Amino acid sequence: MLYALCFLLFMIGLYCALVKKNMVRIVLGIVIMEYAVNILLIMIGFRIGGEAPILSPPQGLPLKTSLQSVDPLPQALVLTAIVISLGSLALMVSICIRTYQRYGTFDITQIRRLRG
Amino acid sequence: MPILFYVLLLFIIIAALIAVETQNLLSSVICIGAAGFGGSLIFLFLKAPDIAITQITVEVLALIILIRATISRDKTFISGDREFFSVIVSVVVVLVLFLIGTRVFDTFPKFGEPAFAVETKTEQTASKHYLTNGLKETGAANIVASVILDYRAYDTLGEATVLFTSILGATVLLRKQAKIKVQT
Repeated sequence: MLYALCFLLFMIGLYCALVKKNMVRIVLGIVIMEYAVNILLIMIGFRIGGEAPILSPPQGLPLKTSLQSVDPLPQALVLTAIVISLGSLALMVSICIRTYQRYGTFDITQIRRLRG
Repeated sequence: MPILFYVLLLFIIIAALIAVETQNLLSSVICIGAAGFGGSLIFLFLKAPDIAITQITVEVLALIILIRATISRDKTFISGDREFFSVIVSVVVVLVLFLIGTRVFDTFPKFGEPAFAVETKTEQTASKHYLTNGLKETGAANIVASVILDYRAYDTLGEATVLFTSILGATVLLRKQAKIKVQT
């Protein structure tokens, strides 16, 4: 059920990116989709009653038995994905700003003179 | 405990719906910020403190970037969506995709029981290996840090490459020399 809510969030982002005419709205839809995927991936690795995957340092022994932690692998990969999403957001927003300066509007149906 | 996640996810969904449907562009950007900080909270309660910290930092930067894009251009109201019929078709298609796609979650591990813990004890999965041997092999108490900086360091190198490439693209797009008047 929680997974389905994440998927609903993804679908809201997809609807926003497909239907809206405003360029910034499309970017926001893509951002919403990124949130949904990140939260879903972290949820898959969650364990009820688990600990954060940080061990107690110097003894070299795990904090508890190692299987009581949440899954560290999705967390590491989502960490990468979040930072990359910031870079792609900066690129998309700069495209939006440049298009606005050129055409004076964010409306994608008004921008008919794209020439590459 | 899962009630908390339901509440936070509903908060994020409502914020996303307002961001999609409101008329004012700046307020929809603010709603995206609310959704992002809600996501940071949910990461914190899902026992992922590293992700929560990163999400807050990235969210602040993303809000600055998005507000820079929309702050003085707020007058550009775009009346209505596309034609009524195409909106209906899009909503129906998205709903059908949603209803079909929810069947996928039957194959997922149950919430709260991750895959690496459900499998048989003898099988050595990657997560189990990182958890049991991570401190010994890398010397990092934080297993997430040991994964991104030691076990999968090439992954992080690729991430840095992608990040700097996108920033390079943004810089090229926004530089002053690109403002050449083209007579159209």
